[in-house]
Order: sequence, then structure tokens, then C-alpha cells
Amino acid sequence: VRQSLHAEWTKLRTLASTFWLLLAATALTVAVSAAAAAATRCPSGGCADDPAKISLTGIYLGQAIVAVLAVLAVSGEYGTGMIRLTLAATPRRLTVLAAKAAVLTGLVLVTGAIAVFASLLAGGLILPGHGIGPSHGYPAISASDGPVLRAAFGSVLYLALIALLSLGAATALREAAAAIGAVLGLLYVLPIIAVFAGNATLSRHLEQIAPMTAGLAIQATTGRSTLPISPWAGLGVLAAWAAGALVLGGLLLRSRDA
Amino acid sequence: MKPTRWARIHDCDDGLRHHLAARDRAGFTRLLRAELTKFRTVRAWMIALCAAAIVFVLLSFLSAFESRSANAAVPTGPGGEAVTDTYMFVHRTLAGDGTLTARVASLSGAHTSPSPTAGSAFGASSKRQPGSQLHPGLAPWAKAGILLEPGTNQGTRYAAVLVTGSHGVQMQYNYTHDSPGLAGAVGPSSRRWLRLSRAGDVITSYVSTDGAHWTEIGTARLAGLPRMVQIGLFVTSPDYFAAGTDDATPSVATASFDQVSARGDLPDRSWTPDAIAGLYPSLPSASTWKQASAGTFTISGSGDIAPLVGGEGAATHWSGASIVNGTIVGLLFVIVLASSFVTAEYRRGLIRTTLVASPRRGRVLAAKAVVAGSLAFAAGAIATAIAEVITRHVFAANGNYLFPQSGPALAQVIIGTGLLWGLAAALVVALGTMLRRSAGTVAAGIALLVLPGILATATSLPASADSWLMRVAPTAAFAIQATLPRSNLVTAAYIPANGYFPISPWAGLAVLAAYTAVALAGATWLLRHRDT
Repeated sequence: VRQSLHAEWTKLRTLASTFWLLLAATALTVAVSAAAAAATRCPSGGCADDPAKISLTGIYLGQAIVAVLAVLAVSGEYGTGMIRLTLAATPRRLTVLAAKAAVLTGLVLVTGAIAVFASLLAGGLILPGHGIGPSHGYPAISASDGPVLRAAFGSVLYLALIALLSLGAATALREAAAAIGAVLGLLYVLPIIAVFAGNATLSRHLEQIAPMTAGLAIQATTGRSTLPISPWAGLGVLAAWAAGALVLGGLLLRSRDA
Repeated sequence: MKPTRWARIHDCDDGLRHHLAARDRAGFTRLLRAELTKFRTVRAWMIALCAAAIVFVLLSFLSAFESRSANAAVPTGPGGEAVTDTYMFVHRTLAGDGTLTARVASLSGAHTSPSPTAGSAFGASSKRQPGSQLHPGLAPWAKAGILLEPGTNQGTRYAAVLVTGSHGVQMQYNYTHDSPGLAGAVGPSSRRWLRLSRAGDVITSYVSTDGAHWTEIGTARLAGLPRMVQIGLFVTSPDYFAAGTDDATPSVATASFDQVSARGDLPDRSWTPDAIAGLYPSLPSASTWKQASAGTFTISGSGDIAPLVGGEGAATHWSGASIVNGTIVGLLFVIVLASSFVTAEYRRGLIRTTLVASPRRGRVLAAKAVVAGSLAFAAGAIATAIAEVITRHVFAANGNYLFPQSGPALAQVIIGTGLLWGLAAALVVALGTMLRRSAGTVAAGIALLVLPGILATATSLPASADSWLMRVAPTAAFAIQATLPRSNLVTAAYIPANGYFPISPWAGLAVLAAYTAVALAGATWLLRHRDT
């Protein structure tokens, strides 16, 4: 197992794309978050804004790059034929998948923590100047605030779960284009369908089961009564999606020729 | 430029030049045929293209299937347009010509609070579950004034002069016509005298600040008006929107009229109160009236007399929303397909053969973009046409109101959606040429074509940022599917979920076309200057 972990770590570490994708994920997450904070203004007060949620808007884009990273960790090997070598070296295929998942999770947790911390820092600096701060009755973005801490930790976990979901999907589908399409379709398109569904009950149910809307409920620090699902239950929904994808990927990996 | 030998020969021999031009054209046709063959012979791609169209139709059908509402009878106005016609009316019969004069001493309003479930965090249109508590606040288009109409049936012709919440004094007739009178709100220091007078078919309205000096606002001709008409005082108040939200809450307006005087033949001895209830969801309990003396009334009403726009009430879901859903899910297939169409050549090394066979690299890219774009256009247009027929049928069968759709509007949606898919496919071909890897291409395609839609509708960004995104991102192209009527006379949630986009349809499509053009230019440059 340790050898397998070491092998996966070496493979991921030595790919040039890994570094650039992680850098892009961090930079774009922080940039979009800061832009969202800069665009939000509430001069007269009484807006229904959630400071932590606004400061973490960049996750919407950052998760796409994390998904690409995770998909490439598997599909890249299928594309080059490397997977046959990997599986010959480690005949216990589930160990390979577990090692990939562990290495990827670690990498995404570290990167995600940096991106989330920097985003919240930017939001905490920008938002109070736009009428959304403690002096206007909003919760401060600080580590001592329970819901803000939950939003921060939850967002990092969210990114890790997105990576695992993508890893599972890529293992099941093998083809990079199809895997990315499936993962991002699941993440982005379900919430749009919820918006344009003519039926209010249906759109609420869609928001409860869609991995993105449910998972990002963890970012809410105010207005919890309007959430489609409670924060931790929402993250649980995403975890279930990720677990489902990994189990499916694992089963297919074990039963299929490489 | 220094003339090369070949160029000189070109100049000498016109015939040869024509010959070469013809060969060029034939060359491009051959290139197109080659790319089409590549596409056609990969079975998975043909399946994916058909799947895109089938998923489009299926999803549109499912979305339409799920939208049910109580059987809605939407009245139509004299011009055939859908209208709302709900108000409190205190009236008398007028035989022949006559005049009604009244002073509006005050106009105030209140609205219910949005219920906790009303504001969906993810932008779905507001759900109407009014709370019971009333908060002060006058809707901008709350109306109180004098109304004349042949009868009180829904969608009838009328002419009115009225004060509004924040649009000053107006003369309005037959729902869509409007001429502004005196600006400014009604208050203790700015009471408004209104006068409506009938002479045959012609109704003239006047306004005054003191009851002595009158200004004519405008006239309306109601052709074939019967001798007996209803004339009286009316109050109504449309949905109230809290600043910066899309959550509509029913509201009520209360007006005090005094110095009411009528001239002409009025056969009734007293005033008749009528709460005219139409489709518009109002506060039924809000329709009240009180007569303090012969010429003094206090009247409360809720509703609107105006054109109907999308998103008002549960019965006016936008049927095109199902088409948006279908388009976006099918678009995922188009993105994956167009990406594979290009990047597969890079992965297999086929691109080197392709470029050796036709060394003019820009043309290879153009041929690929044309083939992918045309196929996506055809699939998109056909799927939209089928989905339009099915969803409108299902929508109507489910008791929803369908706004009338003209032939050109239908053509706009069908051809426009086809173009949306075609341009998207060409954009992804360009992205694939630049990035050469399928994973990055698909992610970039989805990030450009789908993600801005999410950010604009499903996040808590401020409305100004939402509308900016829908104007400058490639998702602006979805505006091509908007065909609902908009009215300056109605405050409503003009948001994408209700069928309104912040950019005009063809301009939205042009935004996507610009992205595609820039991406193709960039890809051509890279393809020419880079080793394969």
C-alpha cells in the first residue's frame, strides 16, 4: 500500500499539468471570490447577503479545475496506456484506486485550504467597505465565528469530495472528455434545471439532491431557513455521490480489462 | 511586397488564376468532405449527436410535464394581448355624455411579507405564499383614479385617469396605452384633482392641482362605445417587490377621494361597489370601500389593470423554460462531441497526416469548425422544433397559460437555438485546437458556455452582477429563446427564470459569435505557428 501511495504521489507530482492546474484552481477561486465581493454593495443596509457565501463564490469555478485534475489522474493513464503498467505493478486494482484517492485528497485539501483562506481573507477585507460588515449587523468573517468556520472547513471538504467524485467518474468512464462532461454536467446543469423547472416542489427536490447545490449549502452562514437542505446534510449528499461514483468506478476497474 | 515568380505568372495569366481559384474552391470542398467523413465514420460521435437531440427533446418534455397549474383563463384585451384586470370599482351608470371629477387626497399602500419559503436561494421564481402581516409600502404602479368602461367583464375596453405610486398622474386606456400627466406623488401638500369626461366615443382626461386650473392629459377613442357605460372610482395595487429582490408579494393600496362630483345623466341613485376579481392573485380581503359623505370615499383595492407579463402568478410559467433546460443538457453532449472531434486527432497523431494532406492549416481548422458547427446547428434546430411542439402541447394540457407565439418568434427560437449549438460547437473546436487535450477542452467549454449561467442565476451575486454576466458571457446567447412580451407599465421579476434576459435576442447570439470568432482566430494563429 505504501509503495502504491508513493507511486501515485510520484506520478501526480511529476506531471507538469498538476502544478499548473492546482495553481489555476487557487488563483481563479480567489480571483472570482474577490470579484464577487467587489461587485456586492449594500449601501442602505437590509440586504439578504451572506458575507461568507459571497467570499467563497470562486469555488463555483475552482471546482471545475479540481475536477479536471482528478479526471486526468485516471484518464491520463488510460490515454497513454500507462494504466496497464500500473496495474501490472500493483495487481490489486482497488489498492491503486485507493492510493490515487488518498494522494488526490491530500493534494486538494492543502490547495483548497489555501484557496478558501485567501478567498475569505479577501472577502473580509473588501466587504465591510461595501456596507456588509460587523458595523452593519452582519457576522464578521473571523475564525472565532462558528458558522464561518463551518463554511471554511466545509468548502475545503467540498473540493476534496468533488475530486473524489471526479476520480470515481473517470475510473468508470475512462475517456477524459466523457468523464469531465459527466461530472461538470452533474454539477452545473442540475441546478440550472432547478431554476428553470416550472414546478416549485420539483426544483426544491432537485436542489436537495444535486451535488453542487446540496454540497454548497455548507457555505451558508445566514438565512438558513431559505436553504434547500441543512449544511451538513448537504455535504452528506455530495459525499454519497462521491462514494457512489468511487464504488461504481472500483467495481468496473476490478471487472474490466484495462 | 516583392513579386515572386509565381505571382508574376498569376498576373500574366488570368486564366491560370481562375483555374487556381477554382482548384482552391474544390480543395476546400474536398477538405469539408474529408472532415465530414471523419465525423460520420466514428459511430460513437454519430450516436452522441443523435443523443444530444434526443436528450434535448426528452428533457424539455419532462420539464414541461412537471409544470402544472390550476386551469387558468387569462383574459385578453381589445388588442388580443393577455391582460390582468383586477381592481376595486365603485361605480354608477352613465347614459350618454358626462363628466366625473374627484380629488385624490391621499394614496398609501401596504404589502404582505414574503413567506420564508418564497425566496429560493437559487433563483427559482417566487412562490406565492403570502404571510398574513402587512408592512407599509406603496407599489410603484399602484393606481387610484377615475375609470370608464362599457361593462365590468374581464378584458373589457376602458379609459382611465389615475394617480400612481411613483409614476405621477397618468391617462391609461385599453391596457397598453399610456400618457403621462403630472409628475410627483400624492401627499398632503400635493393633492391631485382628476377629471374624465365623455363625449360620444371620445374620452378626455384632465388633471389639476387646485381644482380651478385644468390641464388636458390626453384623449382616447373607444370606437362603438354603447350609450350606457360604467363610470366611477377605482383602486388597485400590483405585486410589490422589496428593493433588490425578485420576490413578489401581494399588496393593497388605499386612496381617499373627496369633492367627487358627476355631471350628466346618471340613472342610478347610489354607487355600486364591485371587487372585480380576475386571474391576478391579489389580496381578496383588501377590497373595501367606505362613503363618508356624498362626495367623500375611502377605497382599498388590490390587483392590476395592465398587460400580463411572464412570471406573474402561478399560471404564467414560461413555457420556454423547458426549452432552456433541453438546450443546456443537449449542449453538454455537443461540447464533449466537438472536443473529441478535434482532440482525438491529436491523441492518435492523425493530425500530422491531416496537415500533410492539406498544408494550409487555417483551412483545415475552418473545415472542422464548419462541419462540427453545421451538424450541431441541424441537430439543435430539429430538436428545438420538435421540443417546441411537444412542450407547448404538454404545457397547455397541464392547465398553464401559453402566451401567444408569432411565426417569426417561433422561427427565432428554432433557428436561434440551432445557431447557439452551431456556434458553441465551433467555439469548442477552436478551444480543442488551442488546448489539444480533451479534458481541458471540455472543462473550458463548459466553463464558458454553462458556468456563467449558474453564476447569474443560482448564486447570491447582486442583481447588477447577474445581469452584467448575462450580457458579456457566452451564455448571453440564451436570450435568443426569449419571446415573452415586456411592458413598461408593469413592475415584474424580469429575470431569466421568467423568460426575460438582460440583452436582446440577436445581440445575445452575437456575443457568442464574437467569442467563437476570437477563439477561431486564436486557434488559427496557434495552428500555423506551432508544431503538431
